[in-house]
Amino acid sequence: MTMLFKPVILWTDSLIYLLVIVVLAFVWHVRRNEHMLAPWRRVGHSASGMAALTVLVFFIAVGLLDTVHFRPAVENNDNGNSEKVYSVEVLSLLDIIAAPLRTRVEKTYSAPFAAHLYARETIELPDGGQIREFPRLQFGGAHLQNPEAQLTADVTWRAAAGAGLGVFVWCVLVILLSASLAHRDNVGVLYTLSAIRRGATEIPWNAVLVTLVLILSLLGAALALSVHYHILGTDKVGQDVFYQSLKSIRTGLVIGTLTTLMMLPFALLLGIMAGYFRGWVDDVIQYIYTTLSSIPGVLLIAAAVLMMQVYMETHPELFDTIAARADLRLLFLCIILGVTSWTGLCRLLRGETLKLREMEYIQAAHAFGVSHWRIISRHILPNVMHIVLIATVMDFSGLVLAEAVLSYVGVGVDPSTISFGTMINAARLEMAREPMVWWALLSAFGFMFALVLSANLFADAVQDAFNPRVRTWPVKAGKPYRRKRQEEDPETKPNAATAKDVISP
Amino acid sequence: MLNYIIRRMLYAIPILIGVNLITFTLFFVVNTPDDMARMQLGIKRVTPEAIEKWKHERGYDKPLIFSEAEQGAAKFTHTIFFEKSAAMFAFDFGQADDGRDIAYEIKARMLPSLAIALPVFLLGLVVYITFALVMAFFRATYVDFWGVVLCVALMSISSLFYIIGGQFLISKLWHLVPISGYGSGLDAGKFLVLPVIIGVISGAGASTRWYRTIFLEEMGKDYVRTARAKGLPESIVLFRHVLRNAMIPILTGAVVVIPLLFLGSLIAESFFGIPGLGSYTIDAINSQDFAVVRAMVFLGSLLYIIGLILTDISYTLVDPRIRLE
Amino acid sequence: MSPLLQIDNLETILHTGTTPVRAVDGLTLQIMQGETFALLGESGCGKSMTALSIMRLLPEVGEIVAGSIRIGGEDLLLLPEAAMRNVRGKRISMIFQEPMLSLNPVMTVAEQISEVLRRHFNLRGEAEQQRVLEILNQVGIPDAARRMTEYPFQFSGGMKQRVMIAIALAGEPELLIADEPTTALDVTIQAQVLDLMRDLQQRNGMAILLITHDLGVVAEMAQRVAVMYAGEIIETATRTEFFRSPAHPYSCKLFASLPGKTKRDQGLAVISGSVPPLSREFIGCRFADRCDHAWDLCRTTAPEWSLVATDHQVRCHLFNQNSGSRIQDSIKAAEVLPQAAFKSQPAIFNSELLRVTDLKVHFPIHKGLMKRVTGHVKAVDGVSLTIPQGGTLALVGESGCGKTTVGKGILQLIAPTAGSVCYDGLELVGLERKQLREKRAEFQIIFQDPYSSLNPRMRIVDIIEEGMDALNVKDKVGRVGHQSALPAGKEVDALLQRVGLPPETKWRYPHEFSGGQRQRIAIARALAVNPRLLICDEPTSALDVSVQAQILNLLKELQDSLGLAYLFITHNISVVEYLADEVAVMYLGRIVEWGSVDEVLGNPKHPYTQALLSAVPVVELNPKREVIRLHGDLPSPANPPAGCHFHPRCPHAMPVCHETYPGSSNFSSTHTTRCHLYPQPQNTSTLQQKNARTTV
Repeated sequence: MTMLFKPVILWTDSLIYLLVIVVLAFVWHVRRNEHMLAPWRRVGHSASGMAALTVLVFFIAVGLLDTVHFRPAVENNDNGNSEKVYSVEVLSLLDIIAAPLRTRVEKTYSAPFAAHLYARETIELPDGGQIREFPRLQFGGAHLQNPEAQLTADVTWRAAAGAGLGVFVWCVLVILLSASLAHRDNVGVLYTLSAIRRGATEIPWNAVLVTLVLILSLLGAALALSVHYHILGTDKVGQDVFYQSLKSIRTGLVIGTLTTLMMLPFALLLGIMAGYFRGWVDDVIQYIYTTLSSIPGVLLIAAAVLMMQVYMETHPELFDTIAARADLRLLFLCIILGVTSWTGLCRLLRGETLKLREMEYIQAAHAFGVSHWRIISRHILPNVMHIVLIATVMDFSGLVLAEAVLSYVGVGVDPSTISFGTMINAARLEMAREPMVWWALLSAFGFMFALVLSANLFADAVQDAFNPRVRTWPVKAGKPYRRKRQEEDPETKPNAATAKDVISP
Repeated sequence: MLNYIIRRMLYAIPILIGVNLITFTLFFVVNTPDDMARMQLGIKRVTPEAIEKWKHERGYDKPLIFSEAEQGAAKFTHTIFFEKSAAMFAFDFGQADDGRDIAYEIKARMLPSLAIALPVFLLGLVVYITFALVMAFFRATYVDFWGVVLCVALMSISSLFYIIGGQFLISKLWHLVPISGYGSGLDAGKFLVLPVIIGVISGAGASTRWYRTIFLEEMGKDYVRTARAKGLPESIVLFRHVLRNAMIPILTGAVVVIPLLFLGSLIAESFFGIPGLGSYTIDAINSQDFAVVRAMVFLGSLLYIIGLILTDISYTLVDPRIRLE
Repeated sequence: MSPLLQIDNLETILHTGTTPVRAVDGLTLQIMQGETFALLGESGCGKSMTALSIMRLLPEVGEIVAGSIRIGGEDLLLLPEAAMRNVRGKRISMIFQEPMLSLNPVMTVAEQISEVLRRHFNLRGEAEQQRVLEILNQVGIPDAARRMTEYPFQFSGGMKQRVMIAIALAGEPELLIADEPTTALDVTIQAQVLDLMRDLQQRNGMAILLITHDLGVVAEMAQRVAVMYAGEIIETATRTEFFRSPAHPYSCKLFASLPGKTKRDQGLAVISGSVPPLSREFIGCRFADRCDHAWDLCRTTAPEWSLVATDHQVRCHLFNQNSGSRIQDSIKAAEVLPQAAFKSQPAIFNSELLRVTDLKVHFPIHKGLMKRVTGHVKAVDGVSLTIPQGGTLALVGESGCGKTTVGKGILQLIAPTAGSVCYDGLELVGLERKQLREKRAEFQIIFQDPYSSLNPRMRIVDIIEEGMDALNVKDKVGRVGHQSALPAGKEVDALLQRVGLPPETKWRYPHEFSGGQRQRIAIARALAVNPRLLICDEPTSALDVSVQAQILNLLKELQDSLGLAYLFITHNISVVEYLADEVAVMYLGRIVEWGSVDEVLGNPKHPYTQALLSAVPVVELNPKREVIRLHGDLPSPANPPAGCHFHPRCPHAMPVCHETYPGSSNFSSTHTTRCHLYPQPQNTSTLQQKNARTTV
């Protein structure tokens, strides 16, 4: 029996799988409880939140594809029995799907959609002379006979075709969606379509679909073009920037989610314990988090990452592949970020628990002699979960941004891990070049902005839904504060006159 | 009042000890000095002698906490903990890898750091509060709506891009001010304009939105309704009643960062080539100069704790409920 | 004479949910110059929205969609906002329910008053300060010259409300809108504030629109009354007319549902159901679903105004000339009939269930450099009481007197500092957690706030079963026997039925229930473990009067059938009259008077009890009572006055009151008080005697 690959589960992979399981279990649990569903319905009613979620779904899909790791089999012909040997290179599903992008490495920089390198090279002519010119790329636009004349038309045509395909897929989705909605509500498909268009549906499908058509047409065009071009150019070693941007997504998602996953147990346990038991327990926990939070975050992270680097350098025997090593470094970065960021949530939870423990239903539980752990698990924990949820979604975008800064400072992810931070760090040095290499920076900026902006918008929607006290968005923009009295009011209320006549002292 | 401040200061001591313990654990227990020497010297050149020499140069050749070999108090004083960690309480930070005195460097670099951080802080406070007030004044209108959209968009951009973009636009494209560098005296002014503007813009999204939330929360309170019931115009309600109450959380939240301004900004300083503490720290991180990083961690926490004490004092100044109790 | 304020057909809606809430729906009323007009209604009927509509200060979700509001002929709804500001605070002023929240915490009292003077009279400097002082003196702020530079947090609740009134008065308004001005205040303070408002009205001749839910306050203050129900006015009358013969079935029910001494042996009248949601469309009479007299017409046609007498109109088909006044008589007849008769309580209780002796709960105050304990808040300072099996002891006192702490101290939810709590012969103080747990099923508690007493994340069935699980009640044979024979899973159904809720509600969550229903669930939760003693901590004070009647009926019925004993903690005297066998009056951590209901309420001995009883507004046409004015506020329990705690406020204080705390004086085997006015037992000076209490 021969396996084509050997599955590899890196540390962060297993934690992501765990996270996916937790999220699925949570969804299942919420769906069964009407009162837990209600705030999520409010999230569902937010147009910006749902549009942001649509974008996030694509990012998450890329991230998950990039999480399924394995080592492909390499044909070993040295000894005749053709024994399977697995490559030391760890690949992910995304690497396989994007194999053309990954493998088509140019010599060095090339601009987006270019057919030539960005730098002049001395080329030996067949006649022995030398000229300096921009050589053709090995892969980018290689199918063109005469790039100068054909490039624009070819790119336009391919982009249009790809976008057209995207729009076609979108149309199919729209029809499927309205058919299923129509089936559910027992109305006509056309009626549902017009309801969606008018925004009369419960969930703002029109916002979702507008976002979707943008994404799908962009995606279609990008896919159609990326087969023949480096649509976002190549970097110094000739690697495709589009591929790097896609790979960065997973790193961002891992940092944004696993950090919270790491710190959550500590924050929950310590925060609730401090608030619930008070007394010396509270004093100790407060001391711990005041001490930790008094060290400026970046410095603590820098110190911890430096120490981790030393440890890894001096214990190279612990890691069997480069990927495993880079992955472990990523995980440690998450842990360190978690250690420095749990104090805020812990403080919030402590405050909320202090409030909750005076609630009368907790007093009633005490009057029944209910044990402390049961009170914590049944009364306090469910009533602080909204804070945890809000903190989680609010932290996400901050963590993605922090990764970039930390990688720039030099205490971020492993240099071999592709991330927004490493991309920016590499591209920054090229800003000084004349002419400037701008595309790597711009791609990192674009992808990061889309990810963080949609995360922020989604977090806003979640916060509004779960914490109605703190409104960060107006209820209804542009509504007049007070309306003047209508002139025709005797008409609207015919019994006004009678009422007036009767009541007079 | 004085009692209160003294108590706060006494409370700072165990926290500083805790910070010291954490840094000590991080720098000397997680990795032994031997590990660090091996790392610094590079795997190839490692010989026991080289390691010993490296440790001796830096004073790391002593026991960690307890010295068997010594007599009396020296059992504790001739240790790494006492000489390297406890000494920080006396601001004795030792020497950097390049042999310079860290305390001297810190003193010299504080001013340039402050020269950017302070204007950013003050200008930022004024600008953010103004914008937040405008948005609160026009709440539930399109001004507010698009203001919030802009804030969220600004929040979603990494500070690195603000710096790179600002340098590119203002210095490289328009040649208005120098890209980077630092001068002495008034000459420094032209180098500071760009970092300050960028500093203010990069913090604008989050802060403005946060202040707006505070304003709106205050505006929902009952005393605002009382003020309106007096017949006061909206501008007076906003400036006299809402602003005064909202300034309590805003000011006290801002005070905590004032001492930290001395530390400067890691990224901005290194991008703009300003010889402050931020770029000092980055250089130390990049060259893996542990002594400097350790000193900065200690200094940072000390300043933070001073910030906390200042916050408490500022509460008593702006909030009569605390002042008079 | 033209009215000062004329509201016609006002419609205000709130855009809160998916459907707009019609908070005020076609309201019409008139207020004459210088009169006090009371707008009476239960919570959620739209009376506050009416007031805010007049001021045009609606919350941002609110909108006035139709109608006119004229003051002196000028339509406020047509004024531009700038002109409206000249009306607010000048022609119309308003005071709000929560004086604690309605004053700006960071501005001095003088600043907040002078704002009005500057805005409307352009006063500055010396004249301004002079006027502020004058107004503060007018509203009875003692030592006003010094206190005007203080901040609101330095004032007590009653004083804050006086400051609010001062702000309202500063504009010398023609109309003062008072939105539940005394609801947040204690009864003795309420009497002071109401007095003040009456005085000021007489002196300044302004009209008052008094918004309240309290019939007693209406009886004391109003000249004319309008009853509001579900967004509209259903009855208007002069006070005399209204209290002599309320016409609308709803008004009649409100009167009938008031607890009181005369109704002791009968159930209170209840209004079934609850106020309909105002987001709904109404076709017929809004009260029809809850009305005992409703017939088909009521459900199809909204009633028009009918004249009952001069100055007395009602919106009810019963009074329509055509449908006849014969039905009117039937209402009167129905009212007399008691809803349900209870057996009268046995007069003598021989077996003692709970004996509390000299209970003290002190909370330490930390101060200074090392947070040393510098003093104690003596929340409960030597309370002794006994409750017999199946009896009801009412613990009465104003907020801050420590009555809630007594309840928690008895249940060991707060560890007592000293004293003993002896339940059925077993000492509870100092018991191990585990041993205490075995006893916990015997005594349970019902809390004041029905909204915070049920965990919003748990279903009703889980809430009720929690206590049963924790105390393993299911395994035991129910002592009281009302649920012992039931199979597992049926207990919850039986309990819910017992408290008057359908069993299927057990799968729901608390937010789906109204305040009264939640209180029923809380009672069911306590009953689930078969307690013999229930501590009821103000169980009805957060409820409307008609819902209060339902809960009181339930509690009384449960006592009859299950033989429960109650410790009823309350500040509501009429509830005490209705429910209690014995009364203990608490002041500043100590019981000052104790006796049977008739003795204490009929013949109060302690000056504090006398003042407390006299301050309660009476729902009578011509209350023949002299309000004993208490000066000042409740002192801090951290620093109680020397001698008798009450002496600084007591009208009868003597020199001896400043020095020693009085001993007990007995008037009968059950009635005792602690006051120097009465013969003191010997050896009062010894400490032991000071805290001892003669037992029953």
